[in-house]
Amino acid sequence: MELNNIENIIEKYFQGETSIAEEKQLKDYFSSSNVAQHLKQYQPMFGYFSQVKEQKSTQEIPLQTKKRNVAWLSIAASVAVLLAAGTFFYVSEKNTTPVVAQSELGTYDNPEEALEATQKALALLSNNVNVGIESVQYIKEYEQSKNKIFKQ
Amino acid sequence: MNQIVFIELINPFKDKVFRLAKRLLTSTEEAEDATQEVIVKLWNKKEDLNHYNNVEALAMTMTKNYCLDQLKSKRAGNLKIVHDNYTDRAPQLDKKLEDSNSLEWVEKIISQLPEQLQILIQLRDVEQYEFDEIAKIVNMNETAIRVALSRARKKIRESMLNTHQYGIK
Repeated sequence: MELNNIENIIEKYFQGETSIAEEKQLKDYFSSSNVAQHLKQYQPMFGYFSQVKEQKSTQEIPLQTKKRNVAWLSIAASVAVLLAAGTFFYVSEKNTTPVVAQSELGTYDNPEEALEATQKALALLSNNVNVGIESVQYIKEYEQSKNKIFKQ
Repeated sequence: MNQIVFIELINPFKDKVFRLAKRLLTSTEEAEDATQEVIVKLWNKKEDLNHYNNVEALAMTMTKNYCLDQLKSKRAGNLKIVHDNYTDRAPQLDKKLEDSNSLEWVEKIISQLPEQLQILIQLRDVEQYEFDEIAKIVNMNETAIRVALSRARKKIRESMLNTHQYGIK
């Protein structure tokens, strides 16, 4: 009688028409020791379903980390702002002191001497600028070869 | 919602999430990553959880989608992990004999089913969800689920019979 019943449930099971209770009945039947010979082939299937359900995740889930990060972030930000402000004031303080009186700058009394000195200074400046221009000449070379290759 | 309430909320189905992820991703590590991902996502929207009447179904749906995405991205990158790729043949043969006596065969057979059927088998035959709950998780109607489940079960039976009778007939 019971065997007949189990066979019926198995038939329904493979049609996808069993209820949870009936499926539980099958699991119980196949985990018992007296399974009929011709039904033994289904035993691993139901055994497997029961076994797999025992698996558990063992890891810890890290939560709450986000909130703490925000707190640390604001601390770090305020420290950075303080540091930046501190260094800015420190540096600007230092820069303002060496503003020197007019008298300490070198100056000429004789206008001719002054002209000479100015010309010398400008010549030095122009020399240095020319050095810069020389290296820019190379770019013209590139321009020419570029025009050769990409004819416009 | 604080941490303790949240953990009490997720504890009943945390392992179910893990097992579904393991069914689809095979490796335990990846399944744990997936579990963590899903739970962190839930935690991040903890304020909205009150609007969902079934957080468990939501979690299972998220797990399903996350795992399928993982599988898709792996396949696209040709990165599918093939496990016993590097072992030599002799121990594998031993293992095969051993497997035939154990439940691992069932696992192998199920892992060869299409993912959708694997999900259904996992939800119904392992986790014993009712059909209306499964319908919410996988977004299918109950009749379609019954039909697919019947197909999956028959396929498992067929492969098992082939394995059992291998070499006899």
